[in-house]
Amino acid sequence: MPSLSRYAGIYAALIRYSLIHEMQFKVNFLLWIVVEALWFGLQLAFMTVLYGHTDQIAGWSRWEVVLLVGCNQFIQQLFHTLFVTNLSNLSELIRKGTLDLLLLQPVNTRFLISVKKFEIGNIINALMGLVVIVYSLAQLGRVPTLAQWLGFAVVCLAGLSVHYSLMFLLACISFWTVRAQGIVWGYYNLFNIARLPAEAFPRGAYRAVFTWVLPMLLVSNVPAKLLAQRLASPWEWLALLGMAVACFVVSELFWRFSLRHYTSASA
Amino acid sequence: MTPVTHNPLPTTPSTHLWSKYGHVLSMGIQNTLVYRTNFLFRAAFGLVPLAATLFLWEAIYADKPAGAAIGAYTLAQMVSYYLLVTVVDSITAVAEDDWQIAADIKDGAVSQFLLKPLDFLAYRLCLYLSGRVIYTSVALIPVAFFLFFQREYLVGPAESLGWVLALLSVLMAGLLQFFIAYTVALLSFWVLDVSTFIFIQFAFEFLASGHLFPLDILPDGLHRLLLWSPYPYLLYFPVGVYLGRIQGAELWQGFALQLAWVGVAFLIARFVWSRGLRKYTAVGG
Repeated sequence: MPSLSRYAGIYAALIRYSLIHEMQFKVNFLLWIVVEALWFGLQLAFMTVLYGHTDQIAGWSRWEVVLLVGCNQFIQQLFHTLFVTNLSNLSELIRKGTLDLLLLQPVNTRFLISVKKFEIGNIINALMGLVVIVYSLAQLGRVPTLAQWLGFAVVCLAGLSVHYSLMFLLACISFWTVRAQGIVWGYYNLFNIARLPAEAFPRGAYRAVFTWVLPMLLVSNVPAKLLAQRLASPWEWLALLGMAVACFVVSELFWRFSLRHYTSASA
Repeated sequence: MTPVTHNPLPTTPSTHLWSKYGHVLSMGIQNTLVYRTNFLFRAAFGLVPLAATLFLWEAIYADKPAGAAIGAYTLAQMVSYYLLVTVVDSITAVAEDDWQIAADIKDGAVSQFLLKPLDFLAYRLCLYLSGRVIYTSVALIPVAFFLFFQREYLVGPAESLGWVLALLSVLMAGLLQFFIAYTVALLSFWVLDVSTFIFIQFAFEFLASGHLFPLDILPDGLHRLLLWSPYPYLLYFPVGVYLGRIQGAELWQGFALQLAWVGVAFLIARFVWSRGLRKYTAVGG
């Protein structure tokens, strides 16, 4: 059973290869950053236009919502950096039979699948999110303490973990049907919910599903509320941490279940 | 997103224009049928952010006095706007066409069109239309289901002329959408990976077409600036015609401009194609 430092070494090598690969296509690399920046700009433009017609949305002021959009961007772009490309690829790995090779490696297969490509460009987009976070905090006159920044880091990691687990779960559907290629992209629709204030949604089925099943309304809301000191109670971030663990466990169970019933493509 | 592998072009000699392109249409329908589950999921998943947007607007209107209007839209009118945008978008948006056109160029499939008596643009237009037939019929299931629950917001045009005009503007919007997507995909003649350009173009389109929000809630200057672009004629104009929000002189001017943009987009598509072909054959494609 390889040690943690062995995994770290493998990951460092994967990052190095990713960087070398990206730098071969410099223009493309820059263009993708532009694409993500434009879509971030669209989100901010949407909120700017809305707040031209109102002072608050469900109790959220303009800069609180901008903070939320910034937090969402930060987490979403880190998710892109680390996992999205790799998880979208799982259906191809299965279809081509490459998965069989990976299963034979003496390293955890889920790890290999999840971290293969490190999308360096998206770090820049994540930094843009961070800039918006800092700017909106300044507009709100908030200066978070070190403890709050640390708490922010923890809940961001939890949010990242939720995205990862859910998308991985979705990707594992490829084990069961060849028609699953489009399903992973369905996850993008869920991102659209994460950047909206949870209180805008009436208490009902929709809000319950997106808090307790697909916790999109927790992922970015909790970090934003933490920095803006809007957390109603510690239960909010405890809920996020709990959901992060739950989502990971469910994804791991489905992964193992799918593997047990997996008959290789080349067989 | 793997491109569809096409069957070879019709080799049976045919002098009749309709049977040639009719064959392409039926072939397109057959090939696109494979994607129907994909389309169904796409349409169904798309309803999730739509619901979120509607909730958001309801929250905004809730803080205002009853019957208040934002940019001349009451809550009911705002909801009906977004519902109609979803319907028109389901009918006209390109699904995989731009990726397929790019693949045709990259794989060298366009070489066949230099020799065969089949025009590439007309060919791709037929495939777009057949794709629309499949997508719309499949997407209608979840969308109609959603609309049923929002039916109190749905009002149709007052008289039959209104329906005809709405249909006409949607048809033109579809053509415009196709020509724009086609032209952007043709950048594959010059660029290795055209997907960034597709997404950049789509970002501008998403805002300027009125997909994100109705254009008239923008400050007046911005609104009028955007009306100089072709984008409002993709969604904002057809939806406005249907809802009866665009009347009189504005209506006829709008139609004239929409028609003009369809023409301009067609000419630009033709131009880019001829330049692209020059590069393609120069390289020995």
